[in-house]
Amino acid sequence: MKVRVMVRPKEGILDPQGEAVRRALPALGFEGVKSVHVGRLVEMEVESAEEVEGMCRRLLANPTIEEYEWEIVE
Amino acid sequence: MRVGVPIFPGSNCDRDALSALERVGAEPVELWHADADLKGVDAVFVPGGFSYGDYLRPGAIARFSGVMGPLEEFARDGGPVIGVCNGFQVLAEAHLLPGALLQNKSTRFVCTRTRVRVESVETPWTAACEPGAELTLPVAHNEGNYYADAETLRALEEEGRVVLRYLENPNGSAGDIAGVCNEARNVVGLMPHPERASDPVLGLDDGLCILRSILQGAAKAGAGV
Repeated sequence: MKVRVMVRPKEGILDPQGEAVRRALPALGFEGVKSVHVGRLVEMEVESAEEVEGMCRRLLANPTIEEYEWEIVE
Repeated sequence: MRVGVPIFPGSNCDRDALSALERVGAEPVELWHADADLKGVDAVFVPGGFSYGDYLRPGAIARFSGVMGPLEEFARDGGPVIGVCNGFQVLAEAHLLPGALLQNKSTRFVCTRTRVRVESVETPWTAACEPGAELTLPVAHNEGNYYADAETLRALEEEGRVVLRYLENPNGSAGDIAGVCNEARNVVGLMPHPERASDPVLGLDDGLCILRSILQGAAKAGAGV
């Protein structure tokens, strides 16, 4: 099955990458963008989803600074 | 004294660390990342670089490499361990040190000399420094912005576990923190590179007191002090 994991900076954690993108958008004429957060998408083919939570907690995200959510997409 | 230097794919300060350690009179020992033991070393210096290409997060993959199991055991048994730059990131990912290193606030890679103050000489890696000494040390990193939650930061300050503090913060670190230690004080992480400031030929030798500290501690232990 296919699993999709989204990892992003926790609320309130400085996100310089998101901030750089937020500043770039108005320069292209896209006004009114209040905030941008850039995260990471991890797609995996797995036999069972049993261990995905452990993978997220131990490696895919650093719970000190990041939050994650995951879903089975196929 | 034998000081091990783990070499991960992507380490690029390993040679600098090995030669700087040799220069201060330690016996440097190369530890391959896939090795399952520490070859009986007395201390470990986790060098800077871009372990495993910095993929996922700096240090995230190195933290699970073969040499890290024995290293974690060594650290938890009180063995002296220092991580510099990527080494600091690896030790934070391994939860041997509190907090995490975020991307620099400026969004830019920073490669410069920076001034820091020695805030604690109560670690095996700073014991030979003058308390409060101001050092000039090189930094070169993209993720050096130290972050910890408010409670952790308070504990670090109250317990005197901030080891080095920037006098000119190059990356946005909380509390101008350039280096911290664990609760037992045997594990230290620094973003600045003492090994790149260890020879007058390099233009800087302020890092020598940090490198010499580990030998001083060994001499004291040997003398039974």
